[in-house]
Amino acid sequence: MEATKAMLARIEAVEPQIGSFITVTHGQALADAEAADRRIASGEMTFLTGIPLAIKDIFLTEGIRTTCGSRMLDNFIPPYSATSWEKLHSHGAVLLGKLNQDEFAMGSSNESSAFGVCRNPWDRTCIPGGSSGGSAAAVAARQATATLGTDTGGSIRQPASHCGCVGLKPTYGRVSRYGVIAYASSLDQVGPLTRDVTDSAIMLGALAGHDPKDSTSVATPVPDYCAALTGTVKGLRIGLPKEYFIAGLDPDVQKTMDAAIETYRRLDAEFVDISLPHTDYAVATYYLIATAEASSNLARYDGVRFGHRAEDAAGLLDMYTRSRSQGFGAEVKRRIMLGTYALSSGYYDAYYVKAQKVRTLIMQDFMRAFGDVDVILTPVAPTPAFKIGEKSDDPLQMYLSDIFTIPVNLAGTCAMSVPAGFSAAGLPIGLQLIGKPFDEETILRAAHAFEQATEWHTRKAVI
Amino acid sequence: MRFQPVIGLEVHVQLKTASKIFCGCSTAFGSEPNSQTCPVCLGLPGALPVLNKQVVEFAIQAGLATNCSITPRSVFARKNYFYPDLPKGYQISQFEDPICQHGWLDIQVEGQESKRIGITRIHMEEDAGKLVHGDVSGLEEGSGVDLNRACTPLLEVVSEPDLRSSDEAVSYLKQLHQIVTWLGICDGNMEEGSFRCDANVSVMPVGSETLGTRAEIKNVNSFKFVKQAIEYEIRRQIELIEDGATVVQETRLFDPTSGTTRSMRSKEEAHDYRYFPDPDLVPLVIDDAWVQRTRDELPELPEQRMQRFMTEWDLSAYDAEVLTASRSLAEYFEACVALHVNAKAVSNWMMGEITRALNDSGTSIDCCPVTPRLLVELLKLIEGGTISGKIAKTVFEAMWQSGKEPATIVQEQGLVQVSDSGAIEAIIDEILTREAGQVAEFRSGKDKLFGFFVGQVMKASKGKANPAVVNELLLSKLKG
Repeated sequence: MEATKAMLARIEAVEPQIGSFITVTHGQALADAEAADRRIASGEMTFLTGIPLAIKDIFLTEGIRTTCGSRMLDNFIPPYSATSWEKLHSHGAVLLGKLNQDEFAMGSSNESSAFGVCRNPWDRTCIPGGSSGGSAAAVAARQATATLGTDTGGSIRQPASHCGCVGLKPTYGRVSRYGVIAYASSLDQVGPLTRDVTDSAIMLGALAGHDPKDSTSVATPVPDYCAALTGTVKGLRIGLPKEYFIAGLDPDVQKTMDAAIETYRRLDAEFVDISLPHTDYAVATYYLIATAEASSNLARYDGVRFGHRAEDAAGLLDMYTRSRSQGFGAEVKRRIMLGTYALSSGYYDAYYVKAQKVRTLIMQDFMRAFGDVDVILTPVAPTPAFKIGEKSDDPLQMYLSDIFTIPVNLAGTCAMSVPAGFSAAGLPIGLQLIGKPFDEETILRAAHAFEQATEWHTRKAVI
Repeated sequence: MRFQPVIGLEVHVQLKTASKIFCGCSTAFGSEPNSQTCPVCLGLPGALPVLNKQVVEFAIQAGLATNCSITPRSVFARKNYFYPDLPKGYQISQFEDPICQHGWLDIQVEGQESKRIGITRIHMEEDAGKLVHGDVSGLEEGSGVDLNRACTPLLEVVSEPDLRSSDEAVSYLKQLHQIVTWLGICDGNMEEGSFRCDANVSVMPVGSETLGTRAEIKNVNSFKFVKQAIEYEIRRQIELIEDGATVVQETRLFDPTSGTTRSMRSKEEAHDYRYFPDPDLVPLVIDDAWVQRTRDELPELPEQRMQRFMTEWDLSAYDAEVLTASRSLAEYFEACVALHVNAKAVSNWMMGEITRALNDSGTSIDCCPVTPRLLVELLKLIEGGTISGKIAKTVFEAMWQSGKEPATIVQEQGLVQVSDSGAIEAIIDEILTREAGQVAEFRSGKDKLFGFFVGQVMKASKGKANPAVVNELLLSKLKG
């Protein structure tokens, strides 16, 4: 209860400067905290009992408005909760609120949210990253002990990198997607954003596992992720893909990567130069597959059963058109149109089918590389956080900010972002560790060892 | 010029599973609107489909019964279009890799040779909900959506364009209907829409190799309507061509009241469904063992059973066909013959009294008050000479009404047949004395009066006199 009250006070104090929340669930938080206190008193607690958390507004919460950052769902109160949140809640975690995000998780800067700007706690003129911008900003601004995000093309890792926190995207199928508003179903995955790697391991342990309500969730046993945090990476083979260390990489990012590699060398890890030859095609492939799936996933927002419905419609078609025109923002409309086009008769083979084939090649790139190495180390993003408004008129530039994270989603494997340094301007820079499918343990171990050897994660944004 | 019709049928078979195809909601018909729904079939944000394994089981059965091959790895696809009864904005169906492919059925039209009709594919899909307009509880005006039916499992069975007449189409449809109801995977109720048919119809000049432009006719939901709709459509297309016009590719709606079809949407207005594999469902893998297990558990199908009835019980083709019209009928027959060896008598009674009584009362054979055991008891009374065949019909009526044992009824109503020649002789003597004039006429050569005397004797004995004994005694007395 103390922790929850302190966190609610902190949210109230700094929220005007950050904007990480869409909804603060005051009453729910106090009720959860009270229940947690009772549980602690009875001795039935776990690591997460009473821990104040906040979750991206993409997770359905029964009886609590869930907007997905969209005007379309401004009035949507779900009748059920996402499996992932239910799991955390069943451990006695406390819900502080629902976090800001890009509309329907489409964006890399949180600027497509219909619920106001979210600012980077390290420099409030900069974006926090996206789409889980509020999830990263809330951790960095110490408005929550940990948060939940979703990652379709980098939406956990990129904001974690920009806000200096630990962001983990588990393997596709590791965590249930049930009750998570779908953007691109074959790419979406739920994961935690935390202050350090241990918290990440605890959160993943609670989230992972098969869900009978999600056919794509996998029954692979859930290991004890905390036990994987041995502190050693001696002999660990780390791959450096040449396609990710390209000329033109931001010098601060390059410097940070060099230093990180040096740190791992000191810890007796081995480095192997590898190639992921189809990397160049990843962004194009992603923007065909993700938008195709999105165009279909977002068809249910038609104004018939829930969400925004235009009031002045003259007939069915007009109701559809107006409701969707009014409810969706520009980026969402752009992606729906791109995806509809990619699936259209006459274009399907040239776009969607071809993209699927390239996706297979990208997957094979990773599988081949993992024959030689245990983890792959890359930057998370080509630059530190950029200024608010800097790229919002240039979708292509915006899309390229996910160039290093997108291939992981296409391959379906796991990866995380770990704080690895700061730019000259004082903005956090993360390093990305990519693991084999369902081998979150190894990237957690590598991240933890790095964290032990550095102090980046202990720095706090001054607010 | 003479024209050759070419017809292909797409049949939607609603599966008789307890729960829906992608969620646990009930599939029962006729409940309060939207009472059988959940986040999945309402298409709420975040909800995900989970495949009902029973649906797969039923689909494999249907495939095997129609000689299809079962696809080892079949894929669900999304068919995208907007309509208020379609909650997700897409229907989960199968497109490129349907569960069953390349099957056939042999059909038989009266007076023609048996003909093989190809089945292109059978795929699984979910049904949509339905729109309700005004006058529904809780809805004072306008239109509403009832999603109870949304996500109900369907099989779509697509035939090759092998059918050449409305009779062939109806024969194919009836056979398919018989198979799915026989398998118990569909209740076959066409009025409630459990078995619905769309027909693709075109015509081409006799001898031509090139198919004509086809029209798809929707909403033909009885065997009679299928025949009507196809015949109307064939005439319409032939008239168009003969008038020098062309047939356009379009979707037409059948109107059962007028027996005609009218245009619903043209090819230009046709949807681009933007099919793509559903990323929420993993590919469905069916191994050989699963197929084999299903094959082993498949019931004996109507065609096989009919053949067996002919060889095993020496029934005529006609009798065997009637008795295998439904699985319940065939099973009733077998339950009887298991208790009673005279299959022919069972067959006659089933095709006579039982069928008539079932039809008159609108009862199905499953609910027949005269169970196989009771029917056999009745037949035993006839065979043992306790009652005559004629009296048996009276007893049957009483059994149908009361469900009592036939022996009890015979006892209660004093219907035991009289075979005692002394008693019958007494009756005959009385009649011959009374009808002396007729006797004289008979003796002078009017042979057909014999029937008159038999009738009089039977009447006097209230039908209980053994007809064989009556005949014998009458003859000797009249001739004597």
